[in-house]
Amino acid sequence: MNSKDKMAARTLFDKLWDRHVVAELAPGVALLHVDRHFFTDMHSPEFGLLAARGLPVRNPEMTFCVADHVVSTEPGRSGGHASWSASLLAELRAGSKTHRIKLFDVNDEGQGIAHVIGPELGITQPGMLVLVGDSHTSTHGALGALAWGIGASEGVHVLATQTVVQRKPQRMRIRFEGRPGPGVEAKDLILHAIGKLGTAAGAGYAVEYAGSAIRALEVEGRLTLCNLSIELGAKFGMIAPDDRTAAYLQGRSYAPKAEHWERALRYWRSFSSDADAVFEREIEIDADKIRPQITWGTSPQDVIAVDGMIPDPASAADGERRQAMRAALEYMGLVPGRPIAGTKVDWVFIGSCTNSRISDLRSAAKVVRGRKVAAHVRAWVVPGSQGVKRAAEAEGLDRIFRAAGFEWREPGCSLCVGANGELVGPGERCVSTSNRNFVGRQGPGARTHLASPAMAAAAAIAGVITDVRRTPGEDH
Amino acid sequence: MEKFTLLQGIAAPLMLPNIDTDRIIRIERCAGVPRERQGEYLLETMRFNADGSEKPEFILNKPPYRGAKILLAAENFGCGSSRENAVWALMGWGLKCVIAPSFGDIFFGNCFQNGMLPIRLAAATVERLAAGAEADARDALLTVDLERQRIVTAKGEEIAFEVEALRRTMLQEGLDEIGITLRHETEIAAFQRSDRDARPWLYT
Repeated sequence: MNSKDKMAARTLFDKLWDRHVVAELAPGVALLHVDRHFFTDMHSPEFGLLAARGLPVRNPEMTFCVADHVVSTEPGRSGGHASWSASLLAELRAGSKTHRIKLFDVNDEGQGIAHVIGPELGITQPGMLVLVGDSHTSTHGALGALAWGIGASEGVHVLATQTVVQRKPQRMRIRFEGRPGPGVEAKDLILHAIGKLGTAAGAGYAVEYAGSAIRALEVEGRLTLCNLSIELGAKFGMIAPDDRTAAYLQGRSYAPKAEHWERALRYWRSFSSDADAVFEREIEIDADKIRPQITWGTSPQDVIAVDGMIPDPASAADGERRQAMRAALEYMGLVPGRPIAGTKVDWVFIGSCTNSRISDLRSAAKVVRGRKVAAHVRAWVVPGSQGVKRAAEAEGLDRIFRAAGFEWREPGCSLCVGANGELVGPGERCVSTSNRNFVGRQGPGARTHLASPAMAAAAAIAGVITDVRRTPGEDH
Repeated sequence: MEKFTLLQGIAAPLMLPNIDTDRIIRIERCAGVPRERQGEYLLETMRFNADGSEKPEFILNKPPYRGAKILLAAENFGCGSSRENAVWALMGWGLKCVIAPSFGDIFFGNCFQNGMLPIRLAAATVERLAAGAEADARDALLTVDLERQRIVTAKGEEIAFEVEALRRTMLQEGLDEIGITLRHETEIAAFQRSDRDARPWLYT
């Protein structure tokens, strides 16, 4: 970088990028230093690929192994029930032992979903570059880190070199201005944005979320928001760190200790977009007007407000879109033109790296307290981590859920992706707090409706998709 | 890694937008099937009926498209999950090149890691190639010339495309990213040495 560029106004993304450049490989292509690498059980075979090349793990102290995808979430578990669980967990344990990497194993006190425990334990911090072999790694960007999901080959590359080769994306800023109404959560903000902009809008971009509604959002809500960046098409999602970020991290087990705290704070504060920084695309969204959202189709962009109507393919802009909408409605078993509220559900899943944190469980518990899950509904709460589970139990949230008829389970990815064999059955309809409503995502033939924890809880009680704002009881 | 220079083969049109990587290969195949056999499970829910029989009308089940080396796809192909298994499944089937108006970013990068070429072309151009390939199997034969960055159709029409120079060289020479990065070890060590002073809390 020449001195002229250094003088120019920079975005949060540019500052994070520049801070990690080890070498410029070609115009727009850099070798970047990786500060933290989470390595999940789905990636265990990468240890074999590394060994085949005769290479060591370059920085095991910057690497963290996590058992999350293939573990059972059944109470009393000791591993996973899927036919592949045991071998992948064994490979993960052997790899972490051989290379002396910290492992968060099945029932360890820090165990949980990588994107939940990274922030929760303070392993992820502002100004860091964080990688995971998982597309929802953008979650970590909520703390002001540069974080994105990588493939298996890149995973081996990171193990071997503690770096990653990356092409510089363009920059996009989405400002959420105003104050969301009652019953509207971070999940609704981002689902609304995906519906408005489309699931490919962020391809080729690093997205910074800003605006008064983001500043007002607690860190856990920001994590939910950044989590869904990939559903907007963007690998990178991020929010500038502020006092909320610092307060969230202070005292967490891997956060900077007293002797480094002030210095770390100064470093973190340097990460925000300059006032005159230029974004290739800028979008403003009126947060006041957003209502609780729910998806109706098989792409996260197929989303409407819960008091809306199931859209008619006849209204599609073109033939390709019309065909896609028809296929989605057929798969979902829905009739266009009818209200989405009142659609009968079989399953409710509260969990996943999107919405399994303590604030999510509190929000769902507020709706559930003193009520019963509808008789025909199977409802699960899968806390995102052991830490979340302990905190929820200390507050008595587990008792609220259990008394209502929810299953209270062990931490893991579970029904979001079914990598542990936990599945929604063919043709069954699930209101889920996860991130993808793709065909077959929760199991072959499973029908997924994405929504917030409060909306999922309301659906469990009513037995149908319902507007959480009309659920009687506590003020949401 | 196998070198990619000139590819000649049948192009199969699969013109549905937003084909996600979950659709390309299901999670239980990623976890439970060895990498070299994942091609058998490519686009499983589209290729097979629930009873396991093939859907004869699906493009990749029909000759000559069954032996396709090139896939013509619609917008946002390979969106969603970062699973590199999606690339392995496509390659396991025999595909070496995907042509689409746009791709999921992570999938796009994963292709190059495996010697597979993703090509971005204008939507109208991809649609025209797809319509031609579907109407007459003779028009499904395409040549992809990476050196010249040209697609040559059966009728001799040439369509230009662009691949970033570094990626093009790596494909042509079958180079692997790790091998190249290991040559930068001095710079990596130097970065960490100065970083240790600047951000000591990262190194405790």
